[in-house]
Amino acid sequence: MLKDADRIFTNLYGLESPFLEGAKKRGDWDGTKKILELGREKIVDDVKASGLRGRGGAGFSTGMKWSFMPKEIGERPHYLVINADEGEPGTCKDREIMRHDPHKLVEGALIASFAIGAHAAYCYVRGEFYRETEALQRAVDEAYEAGLIGDNACGSGYKFDFYIHRGMGAYICGEESALIESLEGKKGQPRLKPPFPANVGLYGCPTTVNNVESIAVVPEIMRRGHEWFAGLGKPNNTGTKLFIISGHVNNPCAVEEEMGIPLKELIDKHCGGVRGGWDNLKAIIPGGASVPLLVKEQCETVTMDFDALREMRSGLGTAAVMVMDQSTDVIRAITRLSAFYKHESCGQCTPCREGTGWMWRMMERICEGRASVDEIDMLEEVTRQIEGHTICALGDAAAWPIQGLIRAFRPEMEARLGAKPAATEAA
Amino acid sequence: MSDTHTQAESFAFTPETEALAQKVEARYPEDWQESAVMPLLDLAQRQNGGWLTQAAMDYVAERLSMPKVRVYEVATFYTMYNLKPIGKHHVEVCTNLPCWLRGSDEIVGACKKFLGVEIGETTEDGMFTLSQAECLGACVNAPMMQIGDDYYEDLDAESTMAILSELKAGKTPKTGSQNGRFTCEPAGGLTSLEHQKDLLKASSKASGGDD
Repeated sequence: MLKDADRIFTNLYGLESPFLEGAKKRGDWDGTKKILELGREKIVDDVKASGLRGRGGAGFSTGMKWSFMPKEIGERPHYLVINADEGEPGTCKDREIMRHDPHKLVEGALIASFAIGAHAAYCYVRGEFYRETEALQRAVDEAYEAGLIGDNACGSGYKFDFYIHRGMGAYICGEESALIESLEGKKGQPRLKPPFPANVGLYGCPTTVNNVESIAVVPEIMRRGHEWFAGLGKPNNTGTKLFIISGHVNNPCAVEEEMGIPLKELIDKHCGGVRGGWDNLKAIIPGGASVPLLVKEQCETVTMDFDALREMRSGLGTAAVMVMDQSTDVIRAITRLSAFYKHESCGQCTPCREGTGWMWRMMERICEGRASVDEIDMLEEVTRQIEGHTICALGDAAAWPIQGLIRAFRPEMEARLGAKPAATEAA
Repeated sequence: MSDTHTQAESFAFTPETEALAQKVEARYPEDWQESAVMPLLDLAQRQNGGWLTQAAMDYVAERLSMPKVRVYEVATFYTMYNLKPIGKHHVEVCTNLPCWLRGSDEIVGACKKFLGVEIGETTEDGMFTLSQAECLGACVNAPMMQIGDDYYEDLDAESTMAILSELKAGKTPKTGSQNGRFTCEPAGGLTSLEHQKDLLKASSKASGGDD
């Protein structure tokens, strides 16, 4: 279990003041100027060496992403865009950072912007997080007031501005190019890539888009050293991570733990176990709505990191762990997610716009026992027609939970549709 | 865009909104003022009692020198813009998976019973509109609902009705967790950040909760 001394988010529950005085006591803004004096290249190299992988779901190396930005700043300014459009069902970690530890985000934004040559960062916060936006804005105002950001950030001579932009309720804007479109005042519809944002991003300028948590851990990595961060977790899956555990556990909560913690240990230590005991467990979605579920046997051994979960044909995603006990109608649960994706499809690509509706309607009929057994294969076929055939990953995200359900709970689906077990049929 | 509702003839920002709008516009480069369309529509909606008239959208379009249709596109794409009148309190119950697992059906039921309306309807007195929401991002405090700008978390039928009846009486209900939790910590007590245990105890006493 992670030692308290190794925790980054030491005000996760908001028990201390989230604002400047409290933040400074917790070590924020300590020696920021010295960090900037290390220079762009050194900061990028250190973040690369720390092994930090993006905390928004995809798990791409943060330092590597930064290194894709042009080395020389030409006529087009560079931008940092922070993705705080937290909307993946099950996910509520960036919310806690913004309302309880907002200075970590502001300081991280300064360091990251400096490292990629940006003088401005836009933080795109989902519109429903109104109070969280207020807390973050207060931290930003404090940082300006104290000279930590602004024309001469931390006395470094570097000009840096931090702007908040509120979304207005569209899950798709969590996709980085849709987020950029939205920030430019348009409908949030993803762009074709290439060109990638590092070449043509916000306002046609070189842009890096990072998740809130990825940015907020950067100051501690720079202060304590990349070796410290890389020494936590597992190889290729380093550092600490915010886990958010919801559903059928005794004590749902947010908690910072080491990457690679066994799933069972995470639930037993921090959540008081599965409701009704471990044997009452039916399935767990380990990384937000978009990743396939795991059955109990898998949950017993799996560790919570990108690589181990991928080996189980699921994913760490946003580390949003949704626990379902034996009382759960798991077909209904996945049907609810299908309804979500149908609602959130932006409508740009036909396979997703039409397919999410087909999948949801088929799931509804299967859920209510109004389909025939061979429609399960048809549904599986539809998911394959959507997966990989759209501009962004929303189509994939809609397909995977259904594929996971069919893989793990096909007998339950067949039983719902009145099919007799194979042995009886033969007799 | 809609002729079934009372559409005002014209719209303009009040001096208060105007001051906020200028602050918003200052965030974006001069050549990219369209970036302000979303926050300006939000300000317009807030000034107009929670919904956007066509005149308000046209006002924003003119202000930003954007074709009107581009503003309509934005207003219809994002779910937080309301294009028809809405109750004073917009009650949005999250029914996505984490909330459903913790009993959001019961919360929706309690709202329907107390308000006497179905999802998507407004009470006759214009006080409440009931909606179901997609994941609102407070999953470890499920089930939850948003009313206006505030979150109400760790709900059951009883606390849901208590909140609604306070609002009906013109009071301001306590936001956040409704079952004595401080925020997103485990209800059974801290399992990390041990040095903050006393702070948690103190806060729990202060809020009258039983730890």
